Amino acid sequence: MTTSPSEPVTYAYAVARAHPDLARSLTGLVGVADAPVHMVAEGAGEEGGGDVVLVVSPVSAADFGEEGLRRHLEDLGWLEAVARAHHAVVEAVAARTPALPLRLATVYLDDGSARGMLRSAVRLFSERLDHLADQVEWGVKIYVEATAPAAEATPGSAPAGDLTPGRAYLSARRRQRNDREAAYRAAQEAAERVADAARAHATDRATHRPQQGVLAGDAGENVFNDAFLVPRGRSEAFRSEAAGAGHGLAGVRVEVTGPWAPYSFAVPQDDGRGTRGTDDTRSTTDTADADGGDDSGDSGDTVRGVAP
Amino acid sequence: MNGPGRPAAAEALPDRQIALVDLLDRLLAGGVVLAGDVVLSIADIDLVRVSLRALIVSVDPENPSPFEYSGPPRDGHDRR
Repeated sequence: MTTSPSEPVTYAYAVARAHPDLARSLTGLVGVADAPVHMVAEGAGEEGGGDVVLVVSPVSAADFGEEGLRRHLEDLGWLEAVARAHHAVVEAVAARTPALPLRLATVYLDDGSARGMLRSAVRLFSERLDHLADQVEWGVKIYVEATAPAAEATPGSAPAGDLTPGRAYLSARRRQRNDREAAYRAAQEAAERVADAARAHATDRATHRPQQGVLAGDAGENVFNDAFLVPRGRSEAFRSEAAGAGHGLAGVRVEVTGPWAPYSFAVPQDDGRGTRGTDDTRSTTDTADADGGDDSGDSGDTVRGVAP
Repeated sequence: MNGPGRPAAAEALPDRQIALVDLLDRLLAGGVVLAGDVVLSIADIDLVRVSLRALIVSVDPENPSPFEYSGPPRDGHDRR
């Protein structure tokens, strides 16, 4: 798809339920690339909920066209700035009205084509907004702490003096491995406590990949990284129960993030809205199979399922 | 080429404390993915996973999580 570098393109942040104060919330808000933020309305009064809007910004085609994006996305600094700006707009919208965040870097040729998209899927959006109204997302991560250096053959501890260096080494290694296995078991216990909290309070759950790599930092090994959809009224109860899931468990740390706008639940996870047939069993696989692409026909084609 | 500036209002927003990695979990794996007249959605090109692989390592069959969560299936409390 070609774009003229001089014409702006339309960056879309979120689909939202129209709200009388939403326009005011967006006034003065600064989006990606310092762009102003406004709404694109689908057209009021239509059957299926004419009160759904898209929140967008005009951005430079040179930066956000296909070529520009490919180039910029290689740059972590750029990605971070866009991600934080995108998030700030989503937060501002979600603070006011139910919102479905869009995937980062969803860009349309212009407001008109964005409106066309909105129109084609308005019923799905409307249903999902109803479902998500008054629910928030919490993230729960469980870490196995890095093994303490105490497992080294320390002079003060144990009868190290009775052991040859080789045996002392093996013994230390064994202890280290045992500690680690115990920590994994403890992490499992913590995960089960989180699941208990979810049964009591949450309405849905999405599994993210454990975090690894430079960005994940050295906070220990992340072994569990899930998101939970929780009604606002249960929010604090869920948060405190989840945050306490590591209590009394050695070598395990539990981190709770949120409340988030329902990023991980913007699309129903498995039901496929009838566009992907009967194959419910692949729900646990990753995003790779969300690209099916063969669906044709109805508006379901416009919104593809996103497995976590 | 101008990079995007930081949002001027960001200093006042609570998102300062949000870890980028948590944000990217949601923005790159969550959110509605749209097709149609879209110029480009990064979901279409798997680009970020490629270019940032060193930063955001994904767990896959060759690089499995050492921890298999075997708790209740997540459908257990899905939409009733």
